[in-house]
Amino acid sequence: MGKRVALTGNEATALAMRQINPDVVAAYPITPQTDIVQYFSQFVADGQVKTEFVTVESEHSAMSATVGAAAAGARAMTATSSQGLALMWEVVYIAASLRLPIVMPVVNRALSAPINIHCDHSDTMGARDSGWIQLYSENAQEAYDNLIQAVRIAEHQDVRLPVMVCQDGFITSHGLDSIEILEDAEVQRFIGELKPSYPLLDPEHPVTIGALDLQNWYLEHKRQQAEAMKNALRVIPEVAAEYAKLTGREYGYFEKYRLDDAEIGLVALNSSAGTIKAEIDELRNSGVKVGLLKPRVFRPLPAKELREALLHLKVIGVLDRADSFSAFGGPLFTEIRSALYGAQIPVLDFIYGLGGRDFTMTDAGNIVEKLAKVARDGKVEEPITYYGVRE
Amino acid sequence: MKSVTKPQAPGWKSIPMGGVITEPGNSEKYETGDWRTMRPVWSAKKCINCLLCWVSCPDAAIVAKDGKIVSFDYKHCKGCGICARECPPKVKAITMVNETEFEEQEG
Amino acid sequence: MPTLKEISGRPEILAPGHRMCAGCGAPVVVRQIMKALREDEHVVVGNATGCLEVSTTIYPFTSWRCSWIHNAFENAAATLSGVEAAYRSLKRQGKVKAEFKFIAFGGDGGTYDIGLQSLSGAMERGHKMVYVCYDNGAYMNTGIQRSSATPLGADTTTSPVGKVIPGKTRPRKDLTEIMAAHNIPYVAQVAPSHWNDLVTKVRKALDADGPAFINALAPCPRGWRYDSADTIEMCRLAVETCFWPLYEVVDGKVKVTVKPREKKPVRAFLEAQGRFKHLFEPQNERIIDEIQAIVDAKWANLLARSEQA
Ligand code: SF4
Ligand code: SF4
Repeated sequence: MGKRVALTGNEATALAMRQINPDVVAAYPITPQTDIVQYFSQFVADGQVKTEFVTVESEHSAMSATVGAAAAGARAMTATSSQGLALMWEVVYIAASLRLPIVMPVVNRALSAPINIHCDHSDTMGARDSGWIQLYSENAQEAYDNLIQAVRIAEHQDVRLPVMVCQDGFITSHGLDSIEILEDAEVQRFIGELKPSYPLLDPEHPVTIGALDLQNWYLEHKRQQAEAMKNALRVIPEVAAEYAKLTGREYGYFEKYRLDDAEIGLVALNSSAGTIKAEIDELRNSGVKVGLLKPRVFRPLPAKELREALLHLKVIGVLDRADSFSAFGGPLFTEIRSALYGAQIPVLDFIYGLGGRDFTMTDAGNIVEKLAKVARDGKVEEPITYYGVRE
Repeated sequence: MKSVTKPQAPGWKSIPMGGVITEPGNSEKYETGDWRTMRPVWSAKKCINCLLCWVSCPDAAIVAKDGKIVSFDYKHCKGCGICARECPPKVKAITMVNETEFEEQEG
Repeated sequence: MPTLKEISGRPEILAPGHRMCAGCGAPVVVRQIMKALREDEHVVVGNATGCLEVSTTIYPFTSWRCSWIHNAFENAAATLSGVEAAYRSLKRQGKVKAEFKFIAFGGDGGTYDIGLQSLSGAMERGHKMVYVCYDNGAYMNTGIQRSSATPLGADTTTSPVGKVIPGKTRPRKDLTEIMAAHNIPYVAQVAPSHWNDLVTKVRKALDADGPAFINALAPCPRGWRYDSADTIEMCRLAVETCFWPLYEVVDGKVKVTVKPREKKPVRAFLEAQGRFKHLFEPQNERIIDEIQAIVDAKWANLLARSEQA
C-alpha cells in the first residue's frame, strides 16, 4: 500500500534510487541536482543500499563509468543537470548506441552562456536526438513514478535503451510536494532482476564492446537502434499499465487535461503544466474552451497519438522552454507541427521561461487570449514569439 | 567465365545489438600475411630456442610449444623483420627473404 | 622471475589478424603485458580510442580473446573504473564468482593529453586496475601529430620542421612522475626490449592493492621513421641512453630496475630515427645538447632517489 509523504523532487528521486538499489551509481554534483547525489551518498554511507558509488571527477567520467558498469552487467545509474549533461554529451550518445539500459534523472536547468542555474529545458532538449528515451515529469510524484518505470522500460529486452527522467530545476527539484510512495519491496518486485545482454563479466563468453564499425555495418547497427526506439512506443504503455495496477496512478504517452472538448489547446512540458491546469479551470469557469496536452514521452515521439489528440482543435499554442535557434521555433513546436502535418490548424510557438523566468497563471491566461484571437480571426501574424521578453 | 556472387552479409535483424562482437579472437580468420614483402625463413637446425623472436613479434606469428619454436604462421606474419633482427647475432636462425622468390617457386 | 619458456605457455590474449602496422611496438607491449596474467585469471580490457583500439577491433573481427570495451578517446580509465565498480558490487552480491583483473590501454594521446583527467580521477579513487600507456610519442592514429609525450625537437605533422621552427619546441611531459605523485601503490616505466623487467613489473602491478600505472615505450616505425625490424632495437637504445629509464615507484619508493652497463649518449637514440634527422644540422645541434641535459638531469634525479639495490 502506498504511503503519503512530503518530499521535494530531488528527495523523491533519491528515494526512488534507493528503492531501485542499483549495483553502481557514478555521479557528479551539480546545481540543482546536487541534493540527489548528497542524499544518495548518505544512503551508501548508512549501508542502506548495495550500490558501489563512484564519486567521479566530472560528468564526462560519470557517464563513462556508468557505461562501463552497465556494459559489465550491472544496473547502473547517474544523475545530472545542464552543463553536466553538456559535458557528458559524447558519452550520452555512446550509452544509447551500445544499447545500455542506464537510467538517469535530469534536473532541467538552462545552459550557459550566460551562466544561469535556473530551470529551462535547453539541456535535455539538446539531447533529444541522442538515442535516449525521454520522460518528462510535472511534479515530484511524476518524477518518482517515472524513475521507477524507467528501469523497466530501459531493461526491456526489445528496448535496451537508456532513459532520462526530467523534472524542472528548483521548481520541482526543490519544491516540497505531498506524494505517494511505494514500499521498498514493491519497487524491487516491480523492477525485477536485470538480465544483462552481453556482460563483460561473463567469464565463459568474453565480448568485444565498442568496436570500430565501418561503412559496411554501421548502418545496420543504427537501424537496430531505431527499431528499439519504435519498440519503446509499445513497451512504455505496457509498463505504465502494470504500474497503474500497483499504484492506481495512470501514465500515458501524454496527459490530456480538459482537452477533448476544447477548441484552444496548449502543449507544455513539466511544471508549467500544473500552472496551466489551474488557469484552465479558471477560464473554463468563464466559458473559454481551453485544454492542455502535457507530453510525458518525448523520445520516442508518439506522433500518431499526438496528432489524434490534437486534430479537433481550432488553434494550438506550444510552449517551449527552450529554443532550438533554428529560426524556425523551439523543439516541441517543430515536433508538434510535424505530427500535425497536413492538418489546417494554426500552431503557434511561445518560447518562454528561459533561464528560470517565472511562468504564472496570468501568463498562461495571456497566451490563451492570444490563441483565442487567432481562433476568431483565423490569422496568425507571428507564429513564433518570445513570450514575456522585454523589447 | 563463372559469375561470382558474394554471399550476402547478414542484415540488421540477425546481428547482436550495439555492435557487440561475441566471437573472441576471431580476427584470426583475417589473414594479414599478404601484407608481407619479406618472409622470415627460420632454420630449426640453427635455432637455440631462446624465444627472443617469439616474445618480440607484434603479430603472435611465431608458434611456440613446450618452450620451443615449432613454426612461423605465414597467414598472419607481416614480414616486419623484428624476429630476424632479435635472433642472437651468433645464431642468426632467421633470414628475411624477398617474397618474389617464393612466388617464382610456388607460382 | 618468469622465464620465456614459462610465459610462452600462457594464453595468447591478443590474437593475430589485427591490423596494426608491420613492426608496430604497441602489440608487442600488449602481448608481453598479457603474459603477466595467470591462467586462472580473467581480465577485462578497457581501451582508449587510438591505433590499438581501431586496429584490433574492426567489426565484425576482434583480436581480443578476453572481454574488452572501448568507450571513447579520453575516458578509458573512467570506463574501466565503472567496470571495476560493477565487479566489486556484483562480486559482493554473489552474482559474479570468477576472479577478474582490469587492464586499461591508452596511447599517449589518450593518456598524457585528452584522458589525463579521467586517469587522474580513477587513480585517486583507488580502483583496482592497471592502466597501461603505450607511449609512441605522438598521435599516430591520425597521422603523427604532436602530443605532450613527443620529445623536444621531434618532427611531427603539427610540430613540423620549418624554415624558422625546428620541430617540437617543448620537452615531454613526465607522466610517470605525475602518476607517482598520485601516491598509488605501483607505478613503473617499461620497454618491450626488456621483457623480463616488463612482465615482472606488470605482475607487481596486477598484485598491487589498488591502482597501478605502467608507462610502456612503444616505438612506431612510421612516426619515428626507422626500419620496422628495429622496433626492439629502438627500445634498447632508449633504455641504454637513459632516454627511457626503467624504474618503478612502489608505495612512493623509487627503484631503478635496469642500469645500463654504459650510459650511451642520447645521440645514439636520436640518430636512429628520421624524426630527429634535422637536429644533426649544425644550427640545431644545441637542441641535442638540450635533450642530453634533460636526460642527464632526470637520470641523476632517479639515481639519487633510487633505493640502493
Ligand atoms: S617478420 Fe615480424 S610479424 Fe613476421 S614473424 Fe617475424 S616478427 Fe613476427
Ligand atoms: S630468436 Fe632465433 S634462436 Fe631464438 S628462438 Fe627465435 S629463431 Fe630461435
